[in-house]
Amino acid sequence: MEEAPLFPGESIKVIAKDVMYICPFMGAVSGTLTVTDFRMYIKSVERDPPFVIDVPLGVISRVEKIGVQSHGDNSCGIEIVCKVWHKESACKCAGFLSDQFPPLFAFSYKEKFAVNGWKVYDPMAEYKRQGLPNESWKISKINSTYELCDTYPAILVVPTSVKDDDLSKVAAFRAKGRVPVLSWIHPESQATITRCSQPSVGPNDKRCKEDEKYLQTIMDANAQSHKLIIFDARQNSVADTNKVGGGYESESAYPNAELVFLEIHNIHVMRESLRKLKEIVYPTIDETRWLSNVDSTHWLEYIRMLLAGAVRIADKIESGKTSVVVHCSDGWDRTAQLTALAMLMLDSYYRTIKGFEVLIEKEWISFGHRFAMRVGHGDDDHADADRSPIFLQFIDCVWQMTKQFPAAFEFNELFLITILDHLYSCLFGTFLCNCEKERLKEVSTKTISLWSYINSQLDEFTNPFYVNYENHVLYPVASLNHLELWVNYYVRWNPRMRPQVPIHQNLKELLAIRTELQKKVEDLQREAATRSISSSSDRGSSPSHSATPVHTSV
Amino acid sequence: DCFFYTGELLLCEASTVYKYIQEDGSNRGTCGKLVCTNFKIAFLDDDSASDDNEPQFKNKIVGENDITLQCVDQIYGVYDEKKKLLTGQLRKYPEKLIIYCKDLRVFNFCLRYTKEEEVKRIVSGIVHHSQTPKLLKRLFLFSYASAAPNNTDGRNQTVMFDTLEDWRDELERTKGNVKYKAVTTNEGYRVSEKLPLYFVVPICVSEESILKYQGRGIPIWCWSCHNGAALLKMSAFPKEQDDSTSQMQKAFLDGIYKTISKPPYELLKMDDLSSSLPSLQDIQTAYTRFKQLFLIDNSTDFWATDVKWFSLLESTNWLEIIRRVLKKAIEVAECLERQHTNVLLIEESATDLCCVISSLVQVMMDSYSRTKSGFQSLIQKEWVIGGHGFLDRCNHLHKSDKEEAPVFLLLLNCVWQLVQQYPPAFEFTETYLTVLSDSLYVPIFSTFFFNSQHQKDTNTVRVCCFVDAVGPFRFLTVWDWSVQFDPKAQAFLNNPLYAEKPKPDKSQRKTARFKHQRQLSLPLTPTKSSTKRGFFREETDHLIKNILGRRIGKFINSSDEPSNSFREFYDSWHSKPVDYHGLLLPHIDGPEIKVWAQRYLRWIPEAQLHGGGTIAMAAKILDLMEEVQSLQVKMDEEHSQAISGDVHSVPLLRNSARLSSLFPFALLQRQSIKPALPTSTWKDLEDEDDLVKRDDEFVDLSGGMS
Repeated sequence: MEEAPLFPGESIKVIAKDVMYICPFMGAVSGTLTVTDFRMYIKSVERDPPFVIDVPLGVISRVEKIGVQSHGDNSCGIEIVCKVWHKESACKCAGFLSDQFPPLFAFSYKEKFAVNGWKVYDPMAEYKRQGLPNESWKISKINSTYELCDTYPAILVVPTSVKDDDLSKVAAFRAKGRVPVLSWIHPESQATITRCSQPSVGPNDKRCKEDEKYLQTIMDANAQSHKLIIFDARQNSVADTNKVGGGYESESAYPNAELVFLEIHNIHVMRESLRKLKEIVYPTIDETRWLSNVDSTHWLEYIRMLLAGAVRIADKIESGKTSVVVHCSDGWDRTAQLTALAMLMLDSYYRTIKGFEVLIEKEWISFGHRFAMRVGHGDDDHADADRSPIFLQFIDCVWQMTKQFPAAFEFNELFLITILDHLYSCLFGTFLCNCEKERLKEVSTKTISLWSYINSQLDEFTNPFYVNYENHVLYPVASLNHLELWVNYYVRWNPRMRPQVPIHQNLKELLAIRTELQKKVEDLQREAATRSISSSSDRGSSPSHSATPVHTSV
Repeated sequence: DCFFYTGELLLCEASTVYKYIQEDGSNRGTCGKLVCTNFKIAFLDDDSASDDNEPQFKNKIVGENDITLQCVDQIYGVYDEKKKLLTGQLRKYPEKLIIYCKDLRVFNFCLRYTKEEEVKRIVSGIVHHSQTPKLLKRLFLFSYASAAPNNTDGRNQTVMFDTLEDWRDELERTKGNVKYKAVTTNEGYRVSEKLPLYFVVPICVSEESILKYQGRGIPIWCWSCHNGAALLKMSAFPKEQDDSTSQMQKAFLDGIYKTISKPPYELLKMDDLSSSLPSLQDIQTAYTRFKQLFLIDNSTDFWATDVKWFSLLESTNWLEIIRRVLKKAIEVAECLERQHTNVLLIEESATDLCCVISSLVQVMMDSYSRTKSGFQSLIQKEWVIGGHGFLDRCNHLHKSDKEEAPVFLLLLNCVWQLVQQYPPAFEFTETYLTVLSDSLYVPIFSTFFFNSQHQKDTNTVRVCCFVDAVGPFRFLTVWDWSVQFDPKAQAFLNNPLYAEKPKPDKSQRKTARFKHQRQLSLPLTPTKSSTKRGFFREETDHLIKNILGRRIGKFINSSDEPSNSFREFYDSWHSKPVDYHGLLLPHIDGPEIKVWAQRYLRWIPEAQLHGGGTIAMAAKILDLMEEVQSLQVKMDEEHSQAISGDVHSVPLLRNSARLSSLFPFALLQRQSIKPALPTSTWKDLEDEDDLVKRDDEFVDLSGGMS
């Protein structure tokens, strides 16, 4: 009765009875605590319906013993702090909670899904969809053994004319060997988004002939423009401060390039901002100072900066027909945020469910966003300076876009929340490890992909308002009066913050009515057709609507 | 001239005026004529080559470049790049004119190429006719009504509450007729000119007591709840210097309270709104600051405001006032619904905050008030007939700034919060509320241009000088929407997703489950996690304090508000699934109170979303409805085995990818679809912070810099 429901492959480690959970919203509840190799589960049957807390261990950031003034012999308290949303709790434990969480349940998870999500992303197919290779761009296997760059994927797209030797020299000049490679190409103008890491210019303004030539080649691959824009995501001043190990392209060394700083803060500032955000929404919200509190976290300012940066990139590509190079320091945090957002604005394919999965697989997972490090999977150093909510921030930007363009995305809010939940849960293999090379060993064979789960029940994740805005570039307005705090995600544990009943319900009913009517009309037409055949007068009217009603295109 | 309406007179005009709008950092101007009539200020485009694409949503009375005289908020002149407020007499004439409108449009006119004579005439004309005190009879509705005497009253389904019958019907509808009666005491305005001709009081209240203090101190009925509890309002006695007078008034009130506090009447709870809600002055100050955030001169202005957006918004206090008003309405609803007590709202005149609260309570508790005709009847009942001083509060005649306060706008803002929180519960849309707010400034309708029924009645009588013009003026009512919008445009006022009749079939009304609500979205996990509220705080308090110390204790004690019955009512209502036809309580927690973006942002080009905004969803729904309808037709045809050919396909007029979020208001405000890029950045307050200067990959700076 009070036991945890288990996933296939999940096993119970500890069960403790008479544990008191102290809920900040409702007071104390006592029940049974179960710890498995995947989750911590507390269920109390004192309440109707039973009160349940179900937290994957991967979500837990830290567990602390709380100072107990002696009160009986075996009572102690622990406080559990989670990674993003905040369920801090305290238990009066009559038992024992393992402090050595067995990490990464994903390797034991044995659920069967109808779809294999590992097949969602095939780089060759994705590049082919973009019309690659073409006369200026080739698909290179130079990194097939991850020797050129160990944090890049095996398959890269680079200019046709570039020789492998030169590429190696460029790699030596770029931080962590992350050379400029193609992310996206405009189907008409051939303007491209390329991504890379900072050049190792250093304080003495070192130059690299091959790198300069390489960027010139990227520019030349687009006949429409005689300029190349380099977007450095960082703050100009910070890039100067940290010139020791890196730097940026000077206009004297790269005469046809224009360097633009997007002035986005680093991962540490973002981590700090999220921490402040936690404080204002948990455990209570100060109603009267809500807005200035939101302001003081700067969280939405940073969202605005990111969106504005991505809009500038997309605008250069779309209306300027100019190719762009995007980098930050190592090209795996802010760079991924910016290229992925710009691609989402430019290419309606990425606004479908499958397309968005491909976008994440490509720009984030395959290009080495260090998920394990940024999230801290199976790592107990909660104060690690490498942790930062970079991917969360990206999903927040996407959510802001779905708010601004409610009909332009095939997926709904639950889809985005689900992705974030499993960023931390360690139930699926999708977000494990730091790069493709690490992942290659066993992730795809021994774990299940998040997309297996999502794609086997697409209905739940589909936006009923979706209209395919084909070939339509979306420019979100990067203004604070169009941005709002994602309450359904950040404040969802607060019982006062019930998500409002979405109007989807009625729309779904309407869609159902339409499907039903379509069926009836078709039936009647079929009936009429058979009748009319018998009376030998042929009316060739066939049902004009497709059977899948959810997507009407414009 | 087809441009003018019946009764409209040209007062002055100027040619070679440039109207310009800023776009992508540069000014785009159109040359034309600026005119001022007794109805409006208008800009007439020189090459008015009729637009090919007639907008789908057009106001027939007020065009894109028309500003009714009552819609003008402030006029600024620009002298050598300096802005100066224009009022009354002018000595020097500006080279540029900026007109800020009450519906938040901003017009920029350049007069540099206009003849000096014309500049003088048009500027002083505009300032005089829109900014200086005016006689009531000079309002355009009188010219219009006398020139077009055959106006129909356009009653449609709205109950006007100007007859005894209407009040009796309302009593019957709400089953209030057992304990309350409609009275005719005020016929001929014997009691008071501020009270309506007919109103409703408790049966036990005598005619003499009504007459005794011109209706002051008399509980006037607003509405009865299904359980019999009633919402009442009362106009209080002004503070009296004279002791004996105030003694007498007190005795009078005690008598009244006594009679209406004993059975069959419920317990009475009084609420003096003048002390429990912000004052009209506060409301006016807050709104003045708030609207300023949206009266944007140019792109630079917009981005400069944007940087400090949330703090600026909070400092206006407008959203906080909305929250307090909504909270008050919930408190009243709690008394009526749960405590079964009568609530008596008290205010000096009982025609301002009383109207706001009583209307809100009815919108929340009576689903009829959430239909279009029900809402309109409510506005008639509580505001128009109820005696809200629209003329003074909107300062239509520029008589006194002190009287001005956006009380009715406050109601619309509050209702909008409910509409956006529970769209299916309302028959009308936010667009309806927006055009209703615009109609406050259209002096064709009598609805919002009198202070009271008495004032309207006495001014309706025509001083007759022509033989053919017999009978009183016949004014238009705003509720006849066909005056402003053709049927196609009116479609935008109706909510296609209105949850019409509650389905009797219970099995179908399963509550929608929201997986992501307070649960991780895990595959195959059972989704019942909703938590029932209950407090066993007492038993645990001891434990918390003693065992766990302050660290946890602070979380537990955080909701120690005094009004716990309110909180309990609010929380318990919110923990249940919403019944769109039952009681509806707004969310009032911080993040839930929002800015009415459609009304306030619609004219700001930078805030425009191409292919976005709620209109994108509305378009999808309307398309779907049409498709369903055509399928229905098709099916009927098949049924009747009509031999007609193919069913005509539905013309898909709405292409949401091409509409902008400003739709249906500014269709072509911004011609280019280039993105609006922020031009402002935050001043870096954190520059001193060590975190900021770090590289992503943490390197110890002190070590690395050597």
